[in-house]
Amino acid sequence: MIYREAGDFKTSYRSDGQTFPIRLDRWGYYAVLAVAFGVLPFVIDDYWANAVFVPFLIYAIAALGLNILTGYAGQVSLGTGGFMAVGAYAVYKLMTAFPDISVMIHILLAGGITAGVGVLFGLPSLRIKGFYLAVATLAAQFFLVWLFNKVPWFYNNSASGQITAPTRTVLDIAVTGPTATAPAKYLTCLVFVVALAWVARNLTRGTIGRKWMAIRDMDIAAEIIGVNPLAAKLSAFAVSSFFIGIAGALLFAVYLGAAEVGEAFGINKSFLVLFMIIIGGLGSIFGSFAGAAFLVLLPVLLKNTLVGGFGWPTDLAAHIELMVVGALIVTFLIVEPHGLARLWQLAKEKLRLWPFPH
Amino acid sequence: MDQLIFAGEVFLNGLMTGVMYALVALGFVLIFKASGVFNYAQGVLALFAALTLVGIQQGQIPFAHLINAAFGTSLHHFGWTVPAVLAIALTAGVMVLLAFLIEKLVLKHLVGQEPIILFMATIGLAYFLEGLGDVMWGADIKTLDVGLPQGISDAIESTTANWFGYGFFIDRLDIWATVIAAALVAALVAFSQYTKQGRAMRAVADDHQAALSVGISLRFIWVMVWSIAGFVALVAGIMWGTKSGVQFSLSLIALKALPVLMLGGFTSIPGAIVGGLIIGVGEKLFEFLIGPMVGGATENWFAYVLALLFLVFRPQGLFGERIIERV
Repeated sequence: MIYREAGDFKTSYRSDGQTFPIRLDRWGYYAVLAVAFGVLPFVIDDYWANAVFVPFLIYAIAALGLNILTGYAGQVSLGTGGFMAVGAYAVYKLMTAFPDISVMIHILLAGGITAGVGVLFGLPSLRIKGFYLAVATLAAQFFLVWLFNKVPWFYNNSASGQITAPTRTVLDIAVTGPTATAPAKYLTCLVFVVALAWVARNLTRGTIGRKWMAIRDMDIAAEIIGVNPLAAKLSAFAVSSFFIGIAGALLFAVYLGAAEVGEAFGINKSFLVLFMIIIGGLGSIFGSFAGAAFLVLLPVLLKNTLVGGFGWPTDLAAHIELMVVGALIVTFLIVEPHGLARLWQLAKEKLRLWPFPH
Repeated sequence: MDQLIFAGEVFLNGLMTGVMYALVALGFVLIFKASGVFNYAQGVLALFAALTLVGIQQGQIPFAHLINAAFGTSLHHFGWTVPAVLAIALTAGVMVLLAFLIEKLVLKHLVGQEPIILFMATIGLAYFLEGLGDVMWGADIKTLDVGLPQGISDAIESTTANWFGYGFFIDRLDIWATVIAAALVAALVAFSQYTKQGRAMRAVADDHQAALSVGISLRFIWVMVWSIAGFVALVAGIMWGTKSGVQFSLSLIALKALPVLMLGGFTSIPGAIVGGLIIGVGEKLFEFLIGPMVGGATENWFAYVLALLFLVFRPQGLFGERIIERV
């Protein structure tokens, strides 16, 4: 039939434990990958890449990272913007210091550096919890932004205090800098998204993910059954910061091209990513994507309707956007605290029985 | 010696700033004690109150910007001005109405949710109110003047000039803010200790279910607490608005109040005040002594790092209730 487990026989433990146990889901996943890799790069233009796809992919990585920390391990963080800045400045320093090494390696290294910084700021999580920790991560946010503003070494003493991405190529195609084309930018981000989503999915359903969830649900109880809180919390901070660092590196090097730390990585970025995982769904890989897509598309849609459609001034549209986002957050928390991911799951449950409800 | 006198001036100014922080932190503590909600929107409440006050005072037409955009009109002012006292009273009314609506539309539906969900809901609320304030009254920077004295205090300058040979620069507005904040705290303490509603509020703070079982209306208390928090926000909005103009950055003082709370403990009114003073003095002195060596603008992060280091050693803050966890 259409969407059924029945008839899809598993003959090994491996196939029984796979991510998409239902055949149609599997096909859907491969179809999405095929379209993303095989069709979109050939049809994408500058507008769609810059307004929708590239920011969506980058924020999806950031949301995955924050979801690992907040959704799976239960440690609320408001320092996402600061950690993204670490990734951006790390990739900038690496790109300018070692121009001969591939930029892909630089981006991965930037993630690694961010992971180290994340662990450092994650140390207080061993003593403090909940709101206190959320506020403590604000220290990371403000301190890091200040640091990148005040120490000229980080921006190579440039007069404007900005960092600008030099042109770097992968397989002789420019992926950063002003000459990079829309398909090149899109494909670079896509490769990272697919790889990192695969990593995130497999980490969260293995031993380490179960430890994170045990800590989230009740840390004292988790400690009693033998989960080491030090290792679990710090590994969550490390993995999460690795993802967020890569998102920051891509945001600066591939998407923005030039960045000023206070503007590009301020506190608002932290909230934006937090909203993505609330709306998408805490503790869900699909939710990270759904939330990122929703909050990237919403401003574009509102702007097109209000400014393009009604001809209202842009500042008014921006304020209305604030109201809509705020109201949506509250509505989601009231109606569906588990976000879009939960709605998607409910729809699939219904579909498995459809058209016979019993 | 000169250095010491300068440090003394910085210290005094830090104390004054600390009082302003404490004023915002007070609103947080009130709501947190009574409903367990960590109200991130407190700073935006202050901004909204200040915007509304200016709007009413100058006779602005609410939503003029939106109406103009939608219908092509060009409305902006009613053409009258409202006296400061009346405008403050009207704004207080608006804040009570807002408290009622927040309870009715948001909090009522979130009873029994985890604290972190409630916290995130208030972040959403903060965004909504920020947008609403801008759409209602326009986003341009406004000056707020309700007749509070401003400028350097001559009396203090001449006295200190006689004592040390150097006149201290202290803003009269800061002195007034200190006096008003002290009066407000005294009034709040008296209210919660000696009135029926105040006792009911403390009962709710102590135990929701026990309070319900002796016949206290939880919803009434919540509306009341949010109204009081709105009123505190109004006072804070007037002070900060007079000091630095009514603009978006006003809502960021909420972020400054967070480390104050962490230092003082989320549940303690004296804690909010002592925490505010420590942060105010600490960040001013740090900027004065260490700031020039590391490039300045350390005020942006000093408070958070101080609070962070402090919490590692005493997780419940200075005056907070001891955190006891059981499985």
